[in-house]
Parts: sequence; structure tokens; C-alpha cells
Amino acid sequence: MSPIVKLLAQRIALSLLLLLLISIVIFAGTIVLPGDVAQSILGQSATPEALANLRAELGVNDPPVERYFAWLFGAMQGDLGTALTSGQDIAQALSSRFWNTLFLAFWAAVVAVPLAIFLGLLAVRFKDRWPDKMISAVTLASISIPEFLIGYVLMYFIAVQLRWFPSVAMINDSMSLFEKLNAIALPIAVLTLVVLAHMMRMTRAAILNVMQSAYIETAELKGLNAFQVIYRHAFPNAIAPIVNVVMLNLAYLVVGVVVIEVVFVYPGMGQYLVDHVSKRDVPVVQACGLIFAAVYIGLNMIADIVAILSNPRLRHPK
Amino acid sequence: MSDTLLKVRDLKIGATIYPPGEKPRDIEIVHGVSFDLAPGKVLGLIGESGAGKSTIGLASMAYGRGGVKITGGEVWVNGRDILKGGHKDIRRLRGAEVTYVSQSAAASFNPAKKIMDQVVEAAVEQKKFSRKEAEARARALFAKLGLPDPDNIGERYPHQVSGGQLQRCMTALALCPEPDLVVFDEPTTALDVTTQIDVLMAIKEAIRDTGVAALYITHDLAVVAQVSDDIMVLKMGNTVEYGHVDQIINNPQEEYTKALVSVRSIEHEEKAPTAEPVLSVRNITARYKGTQFDVLHNVNVDLYPGQTLAVVGESGSGKSTLARVITGLLPPREGEIEFAGRKLSPDLKGRSREDLRELQMIYQMADVAMNPRQTVGTIIGRPLEFYFGMRGAEKKKRIIELLDEIELGEKFIDRYPAELSGGQKQRVCIARSLAAKPKMIICDEVTSALDPLVADGILKLLLDLQKIEDVAYLFITHDLATVRAISDNIAVMYQGKVQRYGGKSKVLSPPFDDYTDLLLSSVPEMKLGWLEEVIAHRKMESAGN
Repeated sequence: MSPIVKLLAQRIALSLLLLLLISIVIFAGTIVLPGDVAQSILGQSATPEALANLRAELGVNDPPVERYFAWLFGAMQGDLGTALTSGQDIAQALSSRFWNTLFLAFWAAVVAVPLAIFLGLLAVRFKDRWPDKMISAVTLASISIPEFLIGYVLMYFIAVQLRWFPSVAMINDSMSLFEKLNAIALPIAVLTLVVLAHMMRMTRAAILNVMQSAYIETAELKGLNAFQVIYRHAFPNAIAPIVNVVMLNLAYLVVGVVVIEVVFVYPGMGQYLVDHVSKRDVPVVQACGLIFAAVYIGLNMIADIVAILSNPRLRHPK
Repeated sequence: MSDTLLKVRDLKIGATIYPPGEKPRDIEIVHGVSFDLAPGKVLGLIGESGAGKSTIGLASMAYGRGGVKITGGEVWVNGRDILKGGHKDIRRLRGAEVTYVSQSAAASFNPAKKIMDQVVEAAVEQKKFSRKEAEARARALFAKLGLPDPDNIGERYPHQVSGGQLQRCMTALALCPEPDLVVFDEPTTALDVTTQIDVLMAIKEAIRDTGVAALYITHDLAVVAQVSDDIMVLKMGNTVEYGHVDQIINNPQEEYTKALVSVRSIEHEEKAPTAEPVLSVRNITARYKGTQFDVLHNVNVDLYPGQTLAVVGESGSGKSTLARVITGLLPPREGEIEFAGRKLSPDLKGRSREDLRELQMIYQMADVAMNPRQTVGTIIGRPLEFYFGMRGAEKKKRIIELLDEIELGEKFIDRYPAELSGGQKQRVCIARSLAAKPKMIICDEVTSALDPLVADGILKLLLDLQKIEDVAYLFITHDLATVRAISDNIAVMYQGKVQRYGGKSKVLSPPFDDYTDLLLSSVPEMKLGWLEEVIAHRKMESAGN
């Protein structure tokens, strides 16, 4: 087996193992949480008998290990259980919301990633001159302001004053793509501002690091212009760290958009999770936790795979 | 076309330096240098580090490394003053009229791109040739430079070919756009001596066959004597002497040139083994973790008290691995090490403090072997505290003694490594290892990173200290001149085996085995026409066999 296949297989196996461990942590964590779901369903006035009956019905009394395996095997087959509070099938309730979250994250990424890399390249080209300083200042300012504040500020000026885009990002299946994009324009803008600085600065740092290399001097002494040097000779060698930070930010776009979804009343997974945490609906919280973990681990695995594939020494062994 | 290709007049080059805690200030590093180069001729620029030779070479491409700026003078290429041109004129010059070969081809090739893409890039980008023509030219150059499989080697990535091959690829890269001038910046310095001779010959023939002119920059006068028509000797940014190669080598006028020309001045009489050996390496076979082949095969050597054993070999010969085995960093698969009459634990963890004290080490890179945030006094004082529990005045007295022994003196006690020159740093490392009062010191390429004259000083110091302290040296090096200068016994290593072993006079006298003969005959001699003689001699021998 070639070393690169072995390396990739190892990396994928590691991700699966990690996911398994996290499933244990999520399950154990939600069990030790204080609070009683039966109490919160039936209210303070419930009789002890009624509470006991409901607990037995919900299966909260079974041994935890047994419950964990039942839950895990169910999850592996796509059965995430039923919500305690509403009795809905969680997988079904989550799927449309999950796709909505991915939809928002995808379009935010489509805007943010190329923009961040382009700004990073631009900052390198004009290093320590005013374009570099301006890019750094603006992106740093935008990452430093809390995202809900940026959300409300944009909403006030762009939605309320200028009336370019709607302030509430409600979407449903009957809308066309263009209508949907119009609806989520503001959340996309906010998310872009939030993740831009991190990716742009990493791109800048990674390329500047490569720019110290002797082969960059070789390229300059071939009479190439600055953009050719950066694009052809520096960028291909800076891919691994850039992809890494891009993937971390993509993961954030999926997992960390809770606040933005609440601000813009977007029907994504984050809002669903927040609702059910407050109702102590343990199966829903577990299911969301598992999906978020899978997205996080999956994207980081992709980053590592790209890093391995972008290394010519591994791709073309001696 | 004019009959001077490159005309440099009163070239002045400056740089901005940023001393810690002070305001940045401008300094001048080249103080008005002038020379001429006719088409097809080779000018050798020679000097020690800091002489400004690379800076001058790059100035002929209007390029300054880091914060280096050309501050005055004229650089005429093909009748144009390139310092007066704009960005576009300079870009059109680089990679088309003037090209560059750097010291480390391994670092100068982009690891992410195929060799061919990089070799033809300048020629295609400067519109000198179409991609197809340029590739055909590149393949022809690969063949001319003696690269294996010239039709396909361009399809490989830089890490897939050896260092010597990559250096030839770099030469092909420079010659591919059919330039008028190539700047060779120490093109063979990073190579093994047996590889250097082939690359040197390939470069020389390529220069002759293509009729290109060259600036050949090196610190090694013996090398530059083989390829140059004229030589300019530089020191601290000034011209010391400038003339025809014959005059510089055979009739140098300036003291500095004479010092460079005179071969190593150290004479060291070989000593016969006296007492029992301080170190006996017995049947050592070793391999690195996770690998499938042995890097040392059944190595046997002895080192006697107060003497020097030189372990000489090229990269990959296993000489540094031997040092790792002796220090306990790499436990061997087989064999054992006796030290001062006792058996040493194969693993570092199993060694006593006394074992560690008596076996010290000095490294190639003195800069990274010292903590930059500690003063010289702290650095040398540490082993005194650690091994002997010295404190206060007693410790200070001993530090000063050691500083005197390494010819630096008390005034260095509060300095930081950054305030020292390369040679001074290495001296501090020597004092640190002596502070432990060792029986034996492993010296791993301790002079390789130093200029020849500085290295000479270090070797003299080591020999003097050996007499005073009666310490034995295991001297690891690839440099045969160093071996001649200081050793009592020599072990020649090749592919993990001891190829030849014994007293200095025996090892360095015929009859030789094939490898030792190749190694010894590859060391450049300060003699015009040496390169051709050796190559002709080798051709005759291989024809005779």
C-alpha cells in the first residue's frame, strides 16, 4: 500500500474513533445534567405517581449503558429517537432545519472564502503599505465586534433605513433560489464579516512565511511580476495552513450560527437546539450535539486530507 | 554589441539594520567596487562571509536581498545602466539577459512544481522561446550537464532527485533562456566533494559551450581558480586585489590574498597510540526507528587519550550517526561501547552523571547550540554548577580562566551570543564543553560553518587545548584539509562502513582503495588546470580498466 493511502486511511479511522468518543461524552454529559424532563413536562403540580409513570414510559430508568448503545445503534441507522416534549421524530424534524443551516453556511462560505483569500493575497502584495494596514484594521474590527451587534447594526441601516434586504431571514421550500438568497443576504453579510479576519490573516501569514523561502527569490530573479510570484510560487505551498483555517471557519459557520439564526429568526438547527435546551428535551440536544460534532470532525478531516494531498513529497514518493 | 558585457563602476550598496533597543540606521556594506566582464568570460568573486560578494552578484540583476539597497554607482549590462531603469526594464533583464544559480538548489526549487515547469518558466515568460522550444532546450541542457534520463527528469519533483542533480538542474534553469550572463552564487559549496568535482566540470563545460559570461562567487579560492579568467578578492565590501587568475594564484600581491592562497598553515605530527584507548567502539550496527536498513555496519574504532580520531565521510556515510550512537541518543542494534575502561549503557537514560561529564560534544551550528537569552558567563558557568557544584567567586574565577584559554578574555563574560562573531561563538561552545573537564569531546563538523581563516584559528585552539587539558577528540568532518591538519588516526566512512582506518600517515598514503582514492583526488587544489588534470586522469583510468 502506498504511504499516502495508508496515511489517509489512518486519518479517516482517527476521525471515526473521535466521533465515537464524542458520542460517549455527549451522552454521558446530557445524563448528568440536572433537571427532570418528566417534571418539566408535567409541571410543578404533578403527583409523584404520574412522574414515576412518565419516567418509566420515557425509559429514563433503564441502565445508562444499555440506553447509550440503543441510542448509538439507532443514530447509526438514522433514527435519532423522538422528542420528549412534542413526540415528533427528531430526524424528520431536524432534516429540513439542518439543510437550512447548511444552505446559509454554504452561501456565506461562497462569499467569505474567496474574499478572504483574495484580501490575504492583496495584503501580501502591499505588505506594510496602506492597503495591507487597511485590510487588517477593517477585518480585525469586524471580528472584534460581537456578531449580534453587527447583525442589528446592519439590520438597522440596510433593512430599515435603506430597505435593500429584509430584516427577517424567513425561508421556505416554495421560494425560488433568488428569493431565498435575497432573504438571507443580511445573515450572509454578518457571517462573512465574522469569519473574514481569521481566514484573511492566516492566508497572509502563511504566504508571508512562504515568501521567505529561497525559491521565491528564484522566482523574482526570473523576472516574474509580484502577482505571478505570489500566485504561482507562494500560494501552492501555503495551501495546507490556509485550508485548515478555512475548514475551521466553515465548521463555525455550521455550528456557531446559533446567535445569528436567533437574531434573524432563521429556521435553522441552532434555533431548534436553543428551544429544546430550555425544555430539557434530552434526545434533541443529544441529536444536535452529535450532528454538530460530526460536521466539525468531518470538516477538519477534510482539511487534513487536503494538507496531505497538497504535499508533493507524499503525493510523489521517491 | 559592445565588448564589455557587464561594466560596474563605483558600486555602493547599503542596508538598514535594526539593532535591538536602538533606532534603525543605514550602513554601507559595499564601498565602491568597479570591474568589467567581457562576453564569454568568467570573473571569480572571492572573499569570506560579509565580504559582499553575493550582494555584488545580485546587484548585477538590480536585486537586493532583504533590506539591501543599491545606493550609488553604475551597473551597465549590454550598454544600458540597469540602475536607471524602471521596474519593467529590470524585470525584462532578470531571467532573460542575466540569470542566477544559488548555493542551495534544494531550497531554490519550488517543492510544489515539477522541475521542467521551473526550468522553462523564465524563458517562456520572457518570450525568449515558446514552451515547446524551451522544453527541447531544457532537455538538451540536462543531457549536456550529465543528468541521468535527460528526457524525463523534468517530469520529476525536486525532492525526487539528489542534491548534486538538483544543482545541475539549477544550472539548466539559468542557461535555458540563453542569457548573456549567469551569476553563480556558491553553486558547489553545499555538495559533497566527490559530487562537487562533477558539477564543477559540468558548469565549466556548459559555460564554454554556450559562450555565456559568468560571475562565479565562492569562498573557496581553489574552486574559483578552476573556472575563472579573472579573480576579484573582496574583504568587508572593498576590493583587495583584482587581476588575472594566474597572477592572483601564483603571484598574489596583498597580504590578505596570500593568506587565502596559502594552504592550511597547521602542522600536526601524528602521535602513536600510548595508553589503553579512552573510547572503544566495538562491532556497532545501528538503524533508525521505523526503517528497514542499517545505517552503520559493524563499525570498530579506537580513540586514545589526548589524541584525535578523525571520522571522515560524505553525507549519508553514517559519521553523524556514529556520534549519536556514542552519545547514547541512538542505542545500537548490536555491539558495545567501552569508555574509560567501563562499558557504557547503550541508552542515554542508563548513563551516570560521570559518564555525561566525561563525554562532551561541540556542534556545527554554534548559534543554535547556545541559549540566545543567556550571557557567555551563564552558558560556561552552567556545567561548572551542574557537575562540580561551583558557586559565586569560585565559579567566576573558573569562567574567566576558561575565557582566557579560548583567547577571548574576561570582557566577554557579560555578552550575549548575538554580540559574538561565528568564530567567537564556537569558542564559547568549546569553553562550555571544557568546563566539564571531559576525557573526550565529540566535535561534529565544528569548523564547517566558518570561513577558512576563522576555521584555522579554531583548529589551532583545539590542538593547543588538547595539549593543556589532555582531552581526546572524536572529530567528525567531511573536509579532508581539516583531517590532515589535526588528526592522529583517521577512519574513512562510506555507506555506513569503515572503509579505511589507521594512523594518519598510513591512511593518507598509497596504495588506496577505490573510494579513498576518489575522495582524496576530489579535493580541489590551489593550482590552475587541476580540474582538467583530474578529469583526464580519471578518464584514462576508466579506459584502462
